[in-house]
Amino acid sequence: MAIASEQQTVDLREPSGWRRTKNQIATVGMWIAFVVMLVPLGFVLVTVIGKGASAITWQFLTNSNIPINVLPVNYGGVGPAVIGTLEITGFAALMAIPLGVLGGVYINEYGGNHVLARIINFFADVMTGVPSIIMGLFIYTIWVLHFGYSGLAGAFALGCLMLPIVIRSTYEMLRLVPDSLREASYALGATKARVTVTVVLPAALGGIVSGALLAVARAAGETAPLIFTILTTQSLNSNLFSGANTALSTLIFQNATQPYTGAQARAWGSALTLIAIAFILMIVARLVTARFARYDH
Amino acid sequence: MEQQDQQVTAKLQVPQTTTAPVTPETEANKVFDAKNLSIYYGSFRAVTDVSLSIYQNEITAFIGPSGCGKTTVLRTLNRMNDLIPSARVDGDVHYRGASLYHKDVSPTAVRRRIGMVFQKPNPFPKSIYENVAYGPRINGLRKKGHLDEIVERSLRQAALWDEVKDRLNKSGLGLSGGQAQRLCIARTLAVEPDVVLMDEPCSALDPIATGRIEDLMHEIKSQYTIVIVTHNMQQATRVSDRTAFFSVLRNEKPGASDTRTGVLVEYGATQQIFEDPHDSRTQAYVTGRIG
Repeated sequence: MAIASEQQTVDLREPSGWRRTKNQIATVGMWIAFVVMLVPLGFVLVTVIGKGASAITWQFLTNSNIPINVLPVNYGGVGPAVIGTLEITGFAALMAIPLGVLGGVYINEYGGNHVLARIINFFADVMTGVPSIIMGLFIYTIWVLHFGYSGLAGAFALGCLMLPIVIRSTYEMLRLVPDSLREASYALGATKARVTVTVVLPAALGGIVSGALLAVARAAGETAPLIFTILTTQSLNSNLFSGANTALSTLIFQNATQPYTGAQARAWGSALTLIAIAFILMIVARLVTARFARYDH
Repeated sequence: MEQQDQQVTAKLQVPQTTTAPVTPETEANKVFDAKNLSIYYGSFRAVTDVSLSIYQNEITAFIGPSGCGKTTVLRTLNRMNDLIPSARVDGDVHYRGASLYHKDVSPTAVRRRIGMVFQKPNPFPKSIYENVAYGPRINGLRKKGHLDEIVERSLRQAALWDEVKDRLNKSGLGLSGGQAQRLCIARTLAVEPDVVLMDEPCSALDPIATGRIEDLMHEIKSQYTIVIVTHNMQQATRVSDRTAFFSVLRNEKPGASDTRTGVLVEYGATQQIFEDPHDSRTQAYVTGRIG
C-alpha cells in the first residue's frame, strides 16, 4: 500500500495547445463540409418531392398519351417517356456494361504493360471528359443521318457515355483485389480465365456494380445526347429500333421551359419519377450484390 | 557450393520428433532435381547457381536470413514466379524426370500437382465449403456427393473439421489466423497434390497454432512431399528431414552491378546441418551468431 500511494498518476489526457486546436479545427471543418454537402441534396429532394408529388398518379405514370402543353396535369400522362427511359437506358446498359467490364478486365488482368491496354486506358480517360452533347452529335452524324431518329440511336449515345465510366470503375475495383487471392487460385492449378471469373470478379463485384449503377443513373438523366438522337413524340412508341421516341429527361426539358402550369407540373412529376426510378434501381442492385458479397467478412 | 554435403548415410537419424531415417537418395525417390538454378528479377540476380534434390515423403526445410532467396527458389518449384513479369529462370528444375521449364510445359498442369501454402493465410471470400471445394471444382468435379466427401476428408486432414463442421456455409474470412491457415492447407490438399510447398506458413501464427500445423505436417507427410521455407530454426529442426541453408553472397568488387545474390551454402540431413555443419557460415547461422 505504501508503495502504491507513492506512485504518481500518469497524465494520459490529450495534451493541450496547438495540437488540440488543430484537432478541433479539423473536426469543425469536416462537420461544416458535411452540412454544406447535405443542404443542396436535401433541398433538391424536398423541392422535387414538394412540387412533383401532387402530379404522381397511376394515370400520370402509365397513360400512353402525353397531352399538349396547355392542358393541365390531370390530362393524359407521361407513360411514353417512362417506357422510353427504361428502354433506352436499359438497352444502353446492356451494351455498355458487359463491354465496359470486359474492357476493365482486359486492362487490369490481361493487358499488363501492353500498348493496347495503355491505349484503351488512355482513351477511356479521354472519353470520360467528352461533353455529353458531343456524344449526341457524334451519333447524330454517324447513325441518325443514315437511319433516322430512334430509341436505338439514343441508346448508342448513352452507351458511349456509360462505357468509359464502367471501364474506369471496373479497372479501379479489380486493382483493389489482393494478389494473394489470385496466387491462391493459381496455386491450385487454375488458368488465368478461371482465376478471373471465379476469384477476381466475384471479389470485386460490389464495386463493379456500384460503378455500373453510377453510369446507368448518369445516363438516365442525360438530356442533350437524346435531343439529337430520339427527337420527341407524344404517343407511346414501344419499338426501340425505329421512329422518334421520348424519355423523361427530354420531357422535363421540353415541359419545364413552357409558361403553362400544367406543363410545369408535368415536368416536376417527371423529375420525381426519374429520381424514383434511379432509387429503385439502386436498391435492387444493392440487394443483389449483398447476396453475392455475403462471404466478404 | 558444398555439393559434397549431400552425402547422407542411411544410418543417420533425423532429429527429435521424427524417428525414420532420411529416404535413400535413389532416382525413384527424387521429386525435384534443380541444376545450376539462377533466378533473375529484371537485371537483378536474386539467386545464383543453386543445385539440390528433394526427396519423396520427406519434409525439406529452406532456412537462411532474409533476402537470401529461399522463397524465390520455392516459387520456382511450381512456376509461381511466372506470375511476376520480370522474373526469369536460368538452369533447370526436373520434377519427377520432366523439365519444369521446358517450353511445352503448362504452368497450370504443374501447379495442379504442386500446391502451395502462403505466408499470410489467404482464404477466398467464399464459404468454408466453397474454399475447399474450389480446387476440385476448377478441375472439373461437379458431383455434390463426391465434393462433400473431398471437403470433409481435406478438412479432417488439416485438423479443422471438428471446429468448422457446423458452419461450413459461413465465410472463410471469419476464421482466426490459425484456422484460416489450416483452411488454406485443406484447400491445397483437396486437389490431392503430389507436393505441398509452404512459404513460412506459421509466421503469422501463435505457438499453439504453429504446433497444430507442425503436427499436421507430420501426419500428412506419408502421402505428400513437403518443402517448407521457415525463418524459425527450431521449426526446421522439429519438422524437417533435410535442411537447405541459403545465405547472401555480397559482391564487394567496386562497380559491380549485382552487389548481392542468394546462394545455397549447405544442404543435408537436418541433424547434420544443425549438429555438425560443414560450412562455417552455416555454423554461424544455426548457432545464432549471425542472421
